[in-house]
Amino acid sequence: MGIVASVLKKFHGGVHPPGHKDLSEHCAIEPMPLPKRLVVPFHQHLGAPSEPVVKVGDTVFKGDLLGGAAGGISATVHAPTSGTIVAIEEHVVGHPSGLTMLCAIIEPDGKDQWNPQLKGVDNPLSLEPVAVRDLVKNAGVVGLGGATFPSFVKLSPPRDKVVDLLLINAVECEPYLTCDARLMEERPKDVIEGIRIMLHALQTKECVIGIEDNKPKAIAAMQNAVAAEASQSAAAIRVVVLPVMYPQGSEKQLIEVVTGRQVPSRKLPIDIGVIVHNVATAVAVRDAVCFGHPLVSRIVTVTGKGINRPANIEVLIGTQVDDIIAHCGGLKPDIHKVVMGGPMMGLALHQTNVPVVKGCSGILALTRGESSEKPEHSCIRCGSCVNACPIQLVPCSMAWFAKTEQLDQLSKADLFDCIECGSCAYVCPANVPLVHYFRYGKLALQSKDREEKKRELTIQRSKLREERLAREKEEKERKKEEMKAKMAAKKKSGKEADKQNPAAESGNEAQA
Amino acid sequence: MSPSSLLFTSSPHIHAGDSIPRIMHTVILALMPATLMSVLIFGWPALLILVITTATAMLTEYLMMKIRNRPSPLGDMSAALTGILLALTLPPHTPWWVCVVGGVFAILLGKFVYGGLGFNMFNPALIARVFLLISFPVELTSWPQPTGLFGQQALSFMDSLSLITTGHLASGKLADAISAATPLGQYHVVVGMGKTVHEALGGDYAFSYISAFTGFINGSLGETSAIALALGGVYLIRKRIISWHIPVSMFAGILIPATIFWILNGSKYPDPLFHLLTGGLILGAFFMATDMVTSPVTPLGQIIFGAGCGLLTYIIRTWGGYPEGVSFAIVIMNATVPLLDQYTHPVVYGKAKKNV
Repeated sequence: MGIVASVLKKFHGGVHPPGHKDLSEHCAIEPMPLPKRLVVPFHQHLGAPSEPVVKVGDTVFKGDLLGGAAGGISATVHAPTSGTIVAIEEHVVGHPSGLTMLCAIIEPDGKDQWNPQLKGVDNPLSLEPVAVRDLVKNAGVVGLGGATFPSFVKLSPPRDKVVDLLLINAVECEPYLTCDARLMEERPKDVIEGIRIMLHALQTKECVIGIEDNKPKAIAAMQNAVAAEASQSAAAIRVVVLPVMYPQGSEKQLIEVVTGRQVPSRKLPIDIGVIVHNVATAVAVRDAVCFGHPLVSRIVTVTGKGINRPANIEVLIGTQVDDIIAHCGGLKPDIHKVVMGGPMMGLALHQTNVPVVKGCSGILALTRGESSEKPEHSCIRCGSCVNACPIQLVPCSMAWFAKTEQLDQLSKADLFDCIECGSCAYVCPANVPLVHYFRYGKLALQSKDREEKKRELTIQRSKLREERLAREKEEKERKKEEMKAKMAAKKKSGKEADKQNPAAESGNEAQA
Repeated sequence: MSPSSLLFTSSPHIHAGDSIPRIMHTVILALMPATLMSVLIFGWPALLILVITTATAMLTEYLMMKIRNRPSPLGDMSAALTGILLALTLPPHTPWWVCVVGGVFAILLGKFVYGGLGFNMFNPALIARVFLLISFPVELTSWPQPTGLFGQQALSFMDSLSLITTGHLASGKLADAISAATPLGQYHVVVGMGKTVHEALGGDYAFSYISAFTGFINGSLGETSAIALALGGVYLIRKRIISWHIPVSMFAGILIPATIFWILNGSKYPDPLFHLLTGGLILGAFFMATDMVTSPVTPLGQIIFGAGCGLLTYIIRTWGGYPEGVSFAIVIMNATVPLLDQYTHPVVYGKAKKNV
């Protein structure tokens, strides 16, 4: 049938890190008591930061707008609970450079009261697709798999593009994480409801839910929910069970596995008729459309051998990692690393007073045994990274170019096709931090690019200036010449007039 | 949690646990059948050569790291591996000083002048062997018959020690070991005189495929036993230390021309099985050409590299001045690796022609 391959394809490379999902997969999703303070960054998504629309001292309901979207690719940010805005200030966030970011600090009033004006739609499928899109946009829904791309953009394809397949990413290929699995086990109907709304917005008839086979309970729950719903709609929703392989949850790899086709380099999945949304995003879309609830919370897996009580928690956006760790019984003494996200692509935190943001799927407390850092040896060119790379890059040579700052070579090496999945560094026997070098290389290339553009601009400007000066000079010369000519002509004409005057006079006289 | 107590590094935060020492240990383990066979076939002298060469290589590595003020990497066993590999390419009665010169050369000029493990351009063991072969041709081309470790003609430990260190037996007598050409040498000389392959390898010389398969023929320590080497090679592939690309393409690179010429003129060109079982081909294909540092990282590069090693070996064996060409072929191909790596990149995701 159509775009979905009859047999699952394989993507190149990939790795098999131990799952460690047993730590938290049995933990039902639990709510967390309201923290004393919420720190809500205005920039939690891919695209332009949102612009504050509240001021210090304002009281807000849960779901009230804090920041409005700025520009085409941006997302709104809402109050996660009811309370008072006590500050709008720079606060540390989960950032690779430890940078601060503008955040709204909210003191909850303890009532956790939704704005009573927020109303859902009773029959979402009767809405115009464009209306669904607006609801999703206004609810600040972004991709919850980690990329945090504003979801409404991926629900409003350009007019000239046809969407053949909605692919629901329920792969959860990162080790340790279980939030998506628990969501599917506990709220399968909500997932399906969300998918129906997405299919309606996209005007698409086919949907595949991709789940790896290490989540049998989630698979069963979703299959049951699909079967129960099958008669209600013409659209075909299918659960496709995938063999475990990291990074299958990467958009490009998932598309290749399910459809057998690759997304052309520098193009988007929509260019081959596919739209991919995370499974948790489907539920967020449903909450936004059916209840009018903006995205103010998400499910976070708190796990790792360094935490006393692993759990899956529904956490308000802006809750600080400290509070969550305390809620989960605190860290064990042999804690080595705290990571926001999964162990393969997540961000290590150097302090834990940072807020949970929309893209934060997990908080990992890793012990020395789980995440020991060994010193880097020089590359022995074993080629393991080449075999592991799902993009078929040559990671070892890219890392070498980045390390030795050979930017010309680096720019030829398809560095920007790298998805930073970490498979190469995971297998590297020399412990080369390859992904670190790629990030450095990308930044170096980008800044070089900016420098070059700047230089070109400067050259262009100085050229223009020279041209202008030359023109002005020419103009001046010309004017001078003209003046001279005029003067000369005047003189001449004066003389001539003098000469002619008698005649004129005589003429006049004659006339007279 | 205070900032300093948490480790802050780039993702990924977990690791498969593979390490350079583990790779080296696995390769050494894979070499054990061939190493044990070398002692079984050539007796105590083989063991002494192995010990002297390996110890020299390790000592050189230790001193170099001391001089460079680096932590000693002897634990990663890469110097030991180089020493063992070099010893396995030496003749059975190589004098001690040749072993020492070879071991020092391999580590010093084969590896450290380039910056150490990972930066060397040529396989250290092979570059040392090539150096020894062109510098000390007499010592490197005396091929005593295999006498075994326990056989009647086997040398005692004391005789062996004396032979390797002084050149004569413990009793002061000269060793009366019977020397004969290796099969490749025999073919090279006799066919070079205008005779046929059959005349060269038959008759008194009595070349036997069975002996070549088990290893009881003339040759370097570790190259003679095809079965022991193949066992180690298959183990390396199964352990995913090496991939099939280089060995298979190297075998193809030599066996295809060998088959063609044998069919064209079987009296002048020996059959492909002879090429496969004699000389250092199997040792080279599984353990030398596959050296990670000095072979390409891309699959296509590996195939071209292996095929080049095989083809050059055939050319040198058939028309060259030396009877055996595996070392030369691999060292020459080592020089092409940077180029091969650059021009054999796999097609990146989304850049295949069908996608564009």
